[in-house]
Amino acid sequence: MRVSVITFPGSNCDHDAYSVFASRGHQAKLIWHKDTDLEKPDLVILPGGFSYGDYLRCGALARFSPIVKEVMDFAQKGGLVMGICNGFQILTETGLLPGTLLMNESLSFICKHQYVRVETSESPFTMNIKTGTVLDIPVAHKEGNYFIDADGLKVLEAENQILFKYCDLNGKTTIESNPNGSLQNIAGICNKTRNILGMMPHPERSATDTVVSQDGRRIFEALESYYSALA
Amino acid sequence: MLKAKIFVQLKASVLDPQGKAVTNSLHHLGFQNVLETRISKYIEITFSSDDETEVRKQVEHICDSLLANPNTETYHYQFETVE
Repeated sequence: MRVSVITFPGSNCDHDAYSVFASRGHQAKLIWHKDTDLEKPDLVILPGGFSYGDYLRCGALARFSPIVKEVMDFAQKGGLVMGICNGFQILTETGLLPGTLLMNESLSFICKHQYVRVETSESPFTMNIKTGTVLDIPVAHKEGNYFIDADGLKVLEAENQILFKYCDLNGKTTIESNPNGSLQNIAGICNKTRNILGMMPHPERSATDTVVSQDGRRIFEALESYYSALA
Repeated sequence: MLKAKIFVQLKASVLDPQGKAVTNSLHHLGFQNVLETRISKYIEITFSSDDETEVRKQVEHICDSLLANPNTETYHYQFETVE
């Protein structure tokens, strides 16, 4: 796969994402936010970090970076886009994904391992992962409290757009296992046409041998299966 | 010149964890009659124009496209003439 990872001023997970894809044999590239050429990717990554210092609202200013227009065109034509953490915030601010990431209910920055449950295997990002599978993927954010209004939630549920929920070790979505107050324990969603993913947990931080969990690999493997089925 | 004084507030239906924390602190301070606190953003923008009709349009565009997130926030504003 050709993977373009966008670097905004303040991104800090761009190199992590880049090296995971590069180590898996993909042609990964870092693209500066002022560029206007995505360089024909099969997948675009909006990485984690603090683009524009999180000024005004997280992700609100990144939306005006020149490359984001290209990302929006690419996504609207069906291109695969994955927004992780700050990338998820940027995707909601652009309107590519519904809802908003509000400040954590605890008002604290959280950085820890977190269990998430795969809600459906019907997406390029969860292909071949059995519904109900529990993955250990770290979270690190202060604004990850997913909110959407009641009508929006109905649409997400009806269209099967919720891909990941925070849960406990046994896959139960309890209040205790919800790290940030997200509505319905939502940790990640896709758009209606299922080519855009936004998730708060960091799969790129759990995809190499040197870290505690390797569960993030399941998501990259899913993308690879999806891509090879296309080719 | 016109100065727009803009308030961006969370919608009433959206939980405000910061406001909740402040309410708790106020209770600790002894203000037991405080029922609710909501935190908002206050933004001032100064325009070189004096044409209120035109500036009003611009302020609404600015709020809709950047300052407020329509999913969770509402805004209101007032003008002040400045020298």
